[in-house]
Amino acid sequence: MIPAGPLLQVQDLSVQFSVQGARGGQLRAVDGVSFEIAAGKTLGVVGESGCGKSTLARALLRLVPIAGGRLSFDAVDYTSADERTLRPMRRAMRMVFQDPMSSIDPRFTVAQAVREPLDIFERQLSRAERNREVGAALERVGLGASFARRYPHELSGGQNQRVSIARALIGGPRLLICDESVSALDVSIQAQILNLLTDLQRDTGIALVFISHDLSVVRHISHRLLVLYLGRVMEYGDAATIFRAPRHPYTRSLLDAVPIADPARAREKAAAVQSLAGDLPSPLDPPSGCVFRTRCPRATPQCKVAQPRLQDSDRDSQFACHHPLDP
Amino acid sequence: MNEDALLVVRDLAVRFNGRRGAVHAVNGVSFTLGRGRSLGIVGESGCGKSQTCLAIMGLLAESAECSGSILFEGDEILGARRRRLDELRGQRLSLVFQDPMTALTPHRTIGQQLCEIVQQHESTTHADARRRAIEIMDRVRIPDAERRFDMYPFEFSGGMRQRVVIAAALIQRPALVVADEPTTALDVTVQAEVLRTFKAVVEHAGTSLILVTHDLGVVAGTCDEVMVMYAGRVVEHADVISLFSKPQHPYTQALLACRPDLDAAHTARMYTIEGRPPDLARGEPAGCSFEPRCAHATQACRTSRPPLEARSPTHRVACHLSPPAES
Repeated sequence: MIPAGPLLQVQDLSVQFSVQGARGGQLRAVDGVSFEIAAGKTLGVVGESGCGKSTLARALLRLVPIAGGRLSFDAVDYTSADERTLRPMRRAMRMVFQDPMSSIDPRFTVAQAVREPLDIFERQLSRAERNREVGAALERVGLGASFARRYPHELSGGQNQRVSIARALIGGPRLLICDESVSALDVSIQAQILNLLTDLQRDTGIALVFISHDLSVVRHISHRLLVLYLGRVMEYGDAATIFRAPRHPYTRSLLDAVPIADPARAREKAAAVQSLAGDLPSPLDPPSGCVFRTRCPRATPQCKVAQPRLQDSDRDSQFACHHPLDP
Repeated sequence: MNEDALLVVRDLAVRFNGRRGAVHAVNGVSFTLGRGRSLGIVGESGCGKSQTCLAIMGLLAESAECSGSILFEGDEILGARRRRLDELRGQRLSLVFQDPMTALTPHRTIGQQLCEIVQQHESTTHADARRRAIEIMDRVRIPDAERRFDMYPFEFSGGMRQRVVIAAALIQRPALVVADEPTTALDVTVQAEVLRTFKAVVEHAGTSLILVTHDLGVVAGTCDEVMVMYAGRVVEHADVISLFSKPQHPYTQALLACRPDLDAAHTARMYTIEGRPPDLARGEPAGCSFEPRCAHATQACRTSRPPLEARSPTHRVACHLSPPAES
């Protein structure tokens, strides 16, 4: 059954951390972020390190304290739900991390690692039933039954990432959060895992939040796109539209920085495009007005004074910029 | 022999004797690098690209057994005495690692670390060393070099730290810089800037460069020639234009095809190379190592290993298949 509304709805979400020490203070890792994800769709989340991508992922699972805003899954508000109410949500929303070697217990066999969520969430199932589910999950990620008794150190990086995906899929979640899940893999293996995720989505209607610093991968897999900078949304909406014609200068800079596997075009672009200068400002002391203004080629005095609000670009895309690029 | 040759590698082999038998990490690698030329070495994890570089630097692990020859400016590197290597390294030959945090000493200032390199190789005044350190910091575009000279690595962002590492590699104006995944740990925006600066500085000084990377996109914009490695062997070596416009080895073609490209048409499925690289501990097959994953393999590919042959003055390929017809 496909619910009428969005599967996951995030409104004005903020996450703050207190930082100790001389340069300490309140760090707004996620600042007023809103988006929605429908069943069967993929939201790509991009931005540089420190933009709040991973904190956002953790906040969706309520693994970090929420400072403000509202989270709802399947129309149920879980922003301040207690652990008991969260339990079924945690079953339905799962996460796949970047490095499978550090997210899977090295002393577990593949079968134990994949079965563990069932051992926690589905204690009513018999052992035989759980093992059957493990076999099915391994099959679905393209690992045969022969892998069940092996240990993580006996597997390659790609195979271990398949194990993490099997573990995240067991019990039938409806949303999968992939935090840089293919970044550590070789290109040929990365392509296999991306196809696996696409197939899973087609077959099960699972929704994906796909966080990555690699824009070409994100473009391949995403239906919608969220561009973050210093915890704030720069641009949000239909992925194809934004990749074709970004309105925010930051999105443009990100796209321009992607290396092209074509020597002639790469050299042309290097000559034509000014790469983004400078570093990310300290999130403890973000610039006034538009947070991107210190690195923005289009910045004016206005950007220093007023924080740009998200405005509609077209029917389903938005950007936050005083001086947007032409559509 | 080419008079401009700076580095001549002949039949390099690197073996590790493990519990499961000998691992042939590098096998029969031969190439020549001219002065002022830049070579990209590309391949997936375990293809032998990093071991090849370590051999060139004389930095192979003690447990490694190697054979063949590496002539650098006419000097044999393999089996050279430690003192001779110490003279070369940092002076004529230098290395840039992937992770700038571990390449720098955390408790000494950037300035101390740069000056140390100069003073280790030359008897010069501290003032002179300082002047040269600041000059090279300027050249790799570290803003405000005078002030940053007295700062510690932790006070620098990842991109700035990698610039410091590049400055350290270039301060003695070496003849060759070997960079192993120098921008892999950086954000895409920072990567673009660092690569651009790196390329400019190396070209300015007439230094030769070996750039090891898993990303063909990085090579396309930075190098003059590209060498593709698979399972410890060179499968293709060509000037950058022909490699990207007329890749001849099926592995190179597949690597290019499974890389998501921002400009390529959107496809539902990614091209993948089925299977994974061979286990090098199991001994080399009689035929081509890529044969089990190759879509075009024939009987000959199973029984005899294709030699690396020149198909044009600047293009070498190790494949039994006849080259694609000229278009």
